[in-house]
Amino acid sequence: MSKIWIMIAKRLGLGVLTLFAISIIIFLATELLPGDLARSILGQSATEETVAAFQRELGLDQPAHVRYAQWLWGAVQGDFGTSLANRRPIADLIGTRLANTMFLAIYAAAIAVPLSLILGIMAALFRNTWFDRGANAVALSAISFPEFFVAYILIFVLAQSGLFPSMARIDSTTTFADALYKTFLPALTLTLVVTAHMMRMTRAAIINLLASPYIEMAQLKGMPPARIILVHALPNALAPIITVIALNLAYLITGVVVVEAVFVYPGLGQLMVDSVSKRDIPVVQAVALIFAAAYVLLNLLADVLATLSNPRLIHPK
Amino acid sequence: MTDTKFGQVSRRGLIKGATAMTAAGLILPFGAGGALAEPKRGGILRLAQGSGSTTDSYDPATWDSQFVQVLNTARCGFLTEIAPDGSLVGEVAESWEATPDAKVWRFKIRKGITFHSGKDLTAEDVIASINYHRGPDSKSAAKPIVDPIVEITTDGPDVVVFTLEAGNADFPFIMSDYHLAILPANDGKIDPTSSDGCGGYVVESWEPGVTARLRRYENYWKPNRAWFDGIEMTAIHDAAARQNALITGEVDVIDPVDLNTVALLQRAPGIRILSTTGTQHYTFAMDTRQAPFNDNNVRLALKYAIDRQELVDKILNGYGSVGNDHPIGPSQRYFNKDLPQRTYDPDKAKYHLKQAGLDSVSVQLSAADAAFPGAVDAALLYSEKAAAAGINIEVVREPNDGYWSNVWMKKPWSAVYWGGRPTEDWMFTTAYAAGAAWNDSFWDHPRFNELLVAARSELDEDKRRAMYYEMQEIVSNEGGVVVPMFASYVMAMSDRVAHPEQVAANWTLDGFRAVERWWFA
Repeated sequence: MSKIWIMIAKRLGLGVLTLFAISIIIFLATELLPGDLARSILGQSATEETVAAFQRELGLDQPAHVRYAQWLWGAVQGDFGTSLANRRPIADLIGTRLANTMFLAIYAAAIAVPLSLILGIMAALFRNTWFDRGANAVALSAISFPEFFVAYILIFVLAQSGLFPSMARIDSTTTFADALYKTFLPALTLTLVVTAHMMRMTRAAIINLLASPYIEMAQLKGMPPARIILVHALPNALAPIITVIALNLAYLITGVVVVEAVFVYPGLGQLMVDSVSKRDIPVVQAVALIFAAAYVLLNLLADVLATLSNPRLIHPK
Repeated sequence: MTDTKFGQVSRRGLIKGATAMTAAGLILPFGAGGALAEPKRGGILRLAQGSGSTTDSYDPATWDSQFVQVLNTARCGFLTEIAPDGSLVGEVAESWEATPDAKVWRFKIRKGITFHSGKDLTAEDVIASINYHRGPDSKSAAKPIVDPIVEITTDGPDVVVFTLEAGNADFPFIMSDYHLAILPANDGKIDPTSSDGCGGYVVESWEPGVTARLRRYENYWKPNRAWFDGIEMTAIHDAAARQNALITGEVDVIDPVDLNTVALLQRAPGIRILSTTGTQHYTFAMDTRQAPFNDNNVRLALKYAIDRQELVDKILNGYGSVGNDHPIGPSQRYFNKDLPQRTYDPDKAKYHLKQAGLDSVSVQLSAADAAFPGAVDAALLYSEKAAAAGINIEVVREPNDGYWSNVWMKKPWSAVYWGGRPTEDWMFTTAYAAGAAWNDSFWDHPRFNELLVAARSELDEDKRRAMYYEMQEIVSNEGGVVVPMFASYVMAMSDRVAHPEQVAANWTLDGFRAVERWWFA
C-alpha cells in the first residue's frame, strides 16, 4: 500500500507544479486580451484621463510581471486578494458560487453515474437487443444536441407546464429539499449531456472483455450471464470506466456555463465569464485555479482507484 | 435663459398646490386603458434584466450597465429628475436659479430628506457627491460632464452654488445624470463602497451579477412614489431564459425583449409589451479625418445609400423610427421638424460620388453585436443596398470583447449605439463638438462649434430653437455620422403590473425609474 501513498504524494507535488504553470498561462492569456479592466468597466464612456486614474488606483499601471509576483505572493499565503472590479474579497465572491457549482455537479453526478453504469451494464448484458439499441440511440441523441437546446426542450416540456421552475434560483435561505427541486432541470440537462459517454464506455469496456479466455471459461462452466458480467468482467473493466467518470465529473464542475446561463444558476461559470470579459485578473486566476485543481484531483483520484482495482499495478514486478 | 426660468416658475407654482413636485409626474389621465388604475401600495416586484455582471459595484464612477443603473436609481436620489414628459423636475434639489449668463447656478436643497442610515441630507453631501466625479484623480465615466464645473460652494445650510466655466442653460438637466447620485459624505468624501442612499428603496442584499433585493424605505420623502413593498432584481442574460421566466410567472417584468421573438411573446396570455421611443439611436460613425470620409460628398453618398426603413423593419422589427443623420429624436424639445427626411436613393448617392470625382468607392465597415443588437446584420443589409450605388461596403465582423476600446474610434468606420442624452446641447457636446472625447467622427465644423457655444447660453427660446435647427441641418448634411434609426426600448410585463399612461423614454424602464413609478394593479 505504501506505493500508493508515494504515488499520491508524487502526483500531488506535480499537481501543484501544474497549477503554478496554469496560473502563469492564465495570467499571460488575460494580458494578451485587448483592453484592460479600466477600459472594460468604463466601456463606451472611457476617456484617456479616467482610464489613467482608474489604472493608478488599482495598480494596473505597473508592469505585468510585478502584478503577477504580487498576486502569487498573496496566493501562496492563502490570500487571493480582492476583486479589482468591485473590491470584494475573492474568497467571499467565490465561496457561495463554488458551493453552488459543487452542489449542481454532485447532484447531476448522483443521477448520471449510477444511471450510466446500470444502463451500460444492462446494454452489455443484453447486447444487440432492442434494449441495447434503444438505450444507445437515446443516449447518443442526448449528447449530440447542444446543451442549451436540451435545456430549452426540458423547459418547454417540464417548466412551461408548471412541473418544475424554469429558473434555478437558490440562495442561503433555500432548504436542501427545495434546492433539489429547483435545480432538477439543470441537473437533468447535465445528466442527459454526460450519460452517453459513461454508458458507452461501460458497455464497451465490458464487451471488450467478454472475448477473453477466462470469460469463456466461466460461460463453459455454465455461469449465468449476469454473474459473469458483474463478478468477472466488471472488476477488470473498472479502470477505463473510472477514468471516463472522472473526466465527466470534472466537466460537470468546469464546463457548465451555458446551463448556468439558461437556468440563471449562480455558479462559477458565469463568474469566470464576467471576470474574463472585464479583465478582472485576480478573479480569473482564482477560478481558473479551482477548475484546474478539480481536473488534477479528479484525475489523481481516477488513477488511484484504477490502480487499486488492478492488482498488477499495485504489485509491479 | 428665460425658457428654463419660465419652466421653473410654473413648476414652483405647481408645487405650491401639490404636496410634492414629484406628484407632477403622476398627474396624468388615468383610466384610459383597463390596466391603468389608481396606484396602490404593496407587492414585491420581480424584475429580470439582460445585464448585470459579477463585477458590478456600488461605486457611482463605474455604473455602466442597466442592472446597476436601475438598482442605483432606486437606491439613490439625484439633484434633478427627468419627468415622464421629458421636462425637468427637482428631486434632492427643490428649486434652482441661475445668473443671467447661466454661469452660476444656485440649487436649493430640499429639507427633510434622510439617508437610509438615518443621516439628514445636507449641502455637504451634495458637494462631496459631485466632487467625487471631478478632479484629476477621478476615474468616473461622468467626469467629462462635470468638468465644466469650476467651483462648488455652499451659501447657507441648504443652498449649493455651482460656478461653471461658461454659461450652460441646460446645466440642471446634467445634474439628473445617473452617475451623479447624492450619497452621504463623511469628512467631505463619499464612500463608494457603501450601499447607503436616499432613494425609495433600501438595498437588503445584492449579489452582483445574480440578484438584488430591495425593500421600501419607510421614511422616503416622496408621498406618491415607491408603491412596491420590495423589489427583487435578477440578471438573466439569456434572452430565451428571460422570456421563459416571464411566461412561467417567475418574474413580473423583463427588459429587454428579444426583438426576433417579440411577436411570439405578444401572443402569450397575460403578457403585455411596452415600448418607448426616446433618444436611443444606432449610428455608423466615420473618421472624417481619413480618406475617403474626409470628403463630404462621399459621406453624403453613404447617407443616401442606406435603406433606413428596411433597417427599422428588419433589425428593430418595427420597434423604432428612421433617423435623419443627426442624433436628436422626434420627442425632443428642439427636434427639427422642417428638415426633409433622407431616404434611400442610389441615384443621389451616385451623383454625390461623381461630385467627389469617383465612380465607385470601397470602404470597410466594422461592426459587432456589442455595438448594438443586430449591428452586423444591419451592416450587411447596408452593404447589400449600397452596392446599387457603386459603393462597395466590406463588412468587417469585429469581436464583441473589447469593442469599445479597440474598434470604436480606432477603425475608420464603425457601428455605435448611443443611449442618447436628454438635451440637444448635451448630446451635441458629448459626441459632435470639436475635440470632445467621444466625438467619434473626429468632426470639426467651425459654424457648428460656434452655434453650439452660442446656443448653450442663449436665453431666447426662439433664437435657441433656430440655432438647434441649424445645427441638426449641419450635422445631417455635413456630419460624419450615418444615423439610420432610433431604437425603441422594448420591455414586457405581466398584466398585473400597471404604470402611468405616460412612460418616460429617456432611458429604458421608465427612465430607470419603473420600480419607483409603477405598481401592481
